[in-house]
This record gives sequence, C-alpha cells and structure tokens, in this order.
Amino acid sequence: MTDLIEAPTTGELVELLRRMVLIRMFEEKAARLRSKGLVPGFLHPYIGQEAVAVGVAAALGPDDVLMSTHRGHGHLLGRGADPARMYAELFARSEGYNHGKGGSLHMIAPELGFLGANGIVGGGIPLATGAGLQLKRRGLGQVSVSYFGDGAANEGTFHESLNLASLFDLPVLYVVENNLYGEFTRINEHMRIADIADRAASYGMAGVSVDGNDVLAVREAAAVAVARARAGEGPTLLEAKTYRHRGHYEGDMCTYRPAGELEQWLEVDPIDLFTAALLGDGVLDEDGVAALRAEVDAQLDKAAEWAAEQPHPDPSEATTDVYVDTCGGEALR
Amino acid sequence: MTRYSYATAIREALREEMELDPEVFLLGEDIGKTNGSFGVTQGLYAQFGPERVWDTPISEAAIAGAAVGAALVGGRPVAEIMFGDFATLAMDQIVNQGAKIRYMTGGAMSAPVVVRMVTGAKGATAAQHSQSLESWFVHAPGVKVYAPSNARDAKGLMKTAIRDPDPVMFFEHKGLYETKVAAEFADSFDVEPIPAGVGRVLREGTDVTIVSYLKTVYFALEAAEQLAAEGISCEVFDPRTLVPFDRAGMGRSLARTGRLVVAHEAPLRGGFGAEIAAIAAQDFFGSLVAPIQRVGAKNTPIPYAPELENDVVPGTADIVAAVRAALA
Repeated sequence: MTDLIEAPTTGELVELLRRMVLIRMFEEKAARLRSKGLVPGFLHPYIGQEAVAVGVAAALGPDDVLMSTHRGHGHLLGRGADPARMYAELFARSEGYNHGKGGSLHMIAPELGFLGANGIVGGGIPLATGAGLQLKRRGLGQVSVSYFGDGAANEGTFHESLNLASLFDLPVLYVVENNLYGEFTRINEHMRIADIADRAASYGMAGVSVDGNDVLAVREAAAVAVARARAGEGPTLLEAKTYRHRGHYEGDMCTYRPAGELEQWLEVDPIDLFTAALLGDGVLDEDGVAALRAEVDAQLDKAAEWAAEQPHPDPSEATTDVYVDTCGGEALR
Repeated sequence: MTRYSYATAIREALREEMELDPEVFLLGEDIGKTNGSFGVTQGLYAQFGPERVWDTPISEAAIAGAAVGAALVGGRPVAEIMFGDFATLAMDQIVNQGAKIRYMTGGAMSAPVVVRMVTGAKGATAAQHSQSLESWFVHAPGVKVYAPSNARDAKGLMKTAIRDPDPVMFFEHKGLYETKVAAEFADSFDVEPIPAGVGRVLREGTDVTIVSYLKTVYFALEAAEQLAAEGISCEVFDPRTLVPFDRAGMGRSLARTGRLVVAHEAPLRGGFGAEIAAIAAQDFFGSLVAPIQRVGAKNTPIPYAPELENDVVPGTADIVAAVRAALA
C-alpha cells in the first residue's frame, strides 16, 4: 500500500505542518475578528481537524476538484487558497473569493478546483458525485473529493450518491470527517455504528477508517483511494476520526460535551502530534517551529489587514450574478 | 408528410444538441435501455451509448445534484424527473444548490443544467403523479422556467434550454406528448432555437386576452372558438417561458383587448396566474377595462377518479365562464 505514495520530503513535511498551523491560526484570528465585528455572519471553526484537510490535499493533483461543507475553511486552506481573499469574503468585501455574496458557507476557489463550501448538511455530496461523473466522462484521470461530516452520513443524499458512484465506478473520494458531533449532539445518539466506513460495504465500495489526527496516515489513506479512483476502480469512503475542538459554530458554549472529553482530545492535537514527530525526527528544531509559526502569524496579519481595507460591495451588485443571461433583465423581474 | 409529436420534438431537440455538443448528456431513471417512461428519449441510448445517456438508480436528489455537479466542471447535462412530482425529492439540489451557485459565488461559477419536469394530469395518475409545480420554481431566483405548449415550441425551446447558460426547469405536459405539430409547421421540422421570454399569439382577437401555457392553451383555444360563435373575439397568448416572462408581449395584447383571463392547470392559489395578473395590474392598468379573471385547478390534490379529476383540473367551460365574467 505504501508504495502508492512516496514518503514526503523534508520540505513536504514542513509544508504539511505549515498548512495545519495556517488553518489553526486562520480560524483563531477569524474568531477574534468576528468578536470585533468584522465578520457579519456565521463561523464554523475547523480547529482540531486540520490533519484531515491537509492530509487529503497532499494526496491530490492540481487538476482534481473538491466540494466542501459548512466547516470548510480548513479544506480551502489545505488546498492552498489565499487567506487574504478568504478573510475578505468573511468580511463581506468585494475582493473576497465570492465578491461578498457567499461568505463562509459558500466559499470557493475555482482556480484551485475548489467548487465550494456548502450551507446544507449533505448538500454537496451529490454535487461532488456529479463532478466525478463528468470527470469520468472526460477521461483524464481527475478525481473529485467530497468532504462531509458524520452528520451528513445520515442524510439521504449520502445514500443516493454513494450508491450511484459505486454503480458507475466514479472517481470520487468521499471523506467523512467523524468529529463525534452533528451540530450539538454526540454521534452515538444519531447512529448505532462506531465506524461510518462500515457503510461503504453496503454500496460495494471500499471503506477505510483512519486516525484523522495523524496527517501522514490521512495522506497515505487518501493517496490509496485517489490512485484507485484514477485507475478507474471506483470511489472510496474514507472515514477520518477526529474531534471538533470548538463548538458547532463560533460562540457555541458546548455545554453538551461530557466533562474531560475535550482535554482528552487535546492530548492528541494533530498539530502538537505532528510537531513533536518532526522535532523527534530532527526535521525541525524548536527555533524552526517558532519561526514557522511567526511566519504564518505575520502572513495572516497581513492578509486580514488587506482584507479589512477592501471595499464593501456596491449596492448595485445585489442584482448581478443571478443569471448569466438575464434576457434583457426580464429574468430578474 | 411526417407529423412530429411533442414527444418527438423534444427527442429531436435532444438528439440534435447531443450531435452538436459532446458535453450534452442525459441522465435519469429508465431513460436509456428502456427508452424512457413516455418514450421521449427513445433511441438515444442506442445512438449515443451509456457515456451520453445514463440510466441512474431511482435517486432524484442524486440525479439533480449530479447534473449540477457535472455542470460545474464543464458538462451540459439534461436530467429527467420521470414525474415532476418527484422533484420534491430533489428540491435541495435544484433550489439550494443549482439555482444559487452563480449568485453565491459572485458569478464565478454557474450550473447550466436542464431539468426535464414531466408534468400535469393525464388521466387517473392521481395526487402524486399529476401535479403542476411550475410556480415553486418561478419563486426560486436563479432558475429559468420553460413551459412549451406545442411540438414546435418544445423543440425550439429545448434547444435554447440546453444552450442556456443558466439552470432551466423544462416543464413538459405529459398530456401533450402525443399531440402533433400544427399543420403549418408539418412540412419542415427544422426548428431554430426559440428565445426565452418571447411569447406568441396563438389566436388573434379583440375583446379578451387569454394568457395560458402548457396544456391549458388548448382549452383556451377551444373556449375562443366556442365564444367566436357568439361574436366574442378572444386573443390567446402563450408566454412559452414563465421566467423570463414576456411582459411586453402580454402588454401589446392587452392594449388591443383591455381584458385579461389567466388560465393554467396548477392550483389557483399561489399559481403563476397570480403573478401574471399582478404584472397586468401593475404595468398595464391603463389598458384594462375590466377586473382580471383567473382560472386554475381547485385547491385540492389531484384526485384519482376521472370525473373528480375533470372537476378539479380546469377545462374549456371554466375558461368560457371566465371570459364571460371579464365581459360582464
């Protein structure tokens, strides 16, 4: 299995850490800026799950496409999205990725094949499946990634999409991030099974569970699935077991969590684990880690400053982009 | 002389557009190997094969969503909802995803899909296989709504719908599938794409304008014929697309007649006729000399028993009565 993906170079290892730190610090900063009133809408922080987005992205090529969820900032940054344009979108500015019309829940980065976060739980799964269908028709070996959470695995779209993708051997990687909570309820109150990957069997599909806090394990499992998809061998359901450190949304006090649970998961924080591994292997030293964090921090300061200087959308933009062809404006009336 | 039915017209539009553009493909339930429930896609699987005609599982959300997703990465899919009633199972994918993608992304992406909605009552298909749901989609900014009443328009509008860069809900009345094209077009069926938002006067008249679409157009034409015997002259205007709606075309007709009857098969309450009436009242009030009359189905589900179905779904007599009321 491991021969499907080469061991990461030192540079790649550092980049994996850098992206995880970027996601963490981006989210922490976004929360602070929201409390200062710069973000008018919702935030659903990805903190704690960084190894999933970064590990999956490391297994993809530039021509692959991704479809995300309401908790999508990590997926975007993992893919290499520009934090400045992301902040601008969160601040509802016209230089944001969606020109201020989407916000956190709908953020895209089309130049990276990033087809969008999604405000509907399970809503993106059929879209990613359809993208996979078109990529299969195109025949260039591209892969479509569908990110979703444990909650979405109980939506009907999950069932319909995985069955269809399996039937047609579509090149789709379904990544279910099992962070133990669907909104405000623990997973054991929403399903009887421990491993969501078990559901793959009912679609005749490969299903794998992986430690979602181990970035290298995620990268390797994703690479195996991507190789299968590229080879025309069909989709995979990859379950990444992880934990949402923050609430469902920024501001959620998490009163529903059992005492001690968060603390237990903080001991296996994906960034701490990977940092320790890189230190242990001599890839980085303490100064190197500190420098990396300082660089990311400075990058994000600059990004947020730039974003805050961008103009708000002109009110006239409220009625643009509804249609490509408005039929002389009649389609808007 | 070959006579083309409404079903054939749609099929020929699909075939011609598939021949023109390799990115056009079909997906839906039983549309391929078994040629479609109403035979609309007959022969297309044999001609184009499984990469162009996808027989999907019975999974409406996945059908609609896969169409949208494929469109995001360059496909030009045409999805069939075998009975438009089943669109309830695909509403999120149509309304929350496909309709809004362009707007939510600030114009960066769009979903040029066609969703074929097999619509309307056609003899005892009862409450879950007979509905006319067009007004739901009219109310979803981002989608266009096409509703042809005859074979020529069906062909021309399907070609337009497939080339339309925006998502189109294409309503096909199953009671029209076997109706043949009007004799005036029967000698040639090379139909050019018909622009959206351009209605057509199907019968000229001077006393009352009847605005109608899909199958109800034929009841409007029958009513006009009956009333002509009494010296009442009705103009029948078919907008052909509901979004965009041909305001100017309706306005020109109202300028001639001064009276408006709106007739459709969908339930009266909240039906698109209410919007048409509101447009007339707001934009063409000066032309109107009488209160607007509306004809639609009773506000009930569609019943099974044919005599009950006939009672619920409006017909010629209802339109005749509405014209008389407009003239009273």
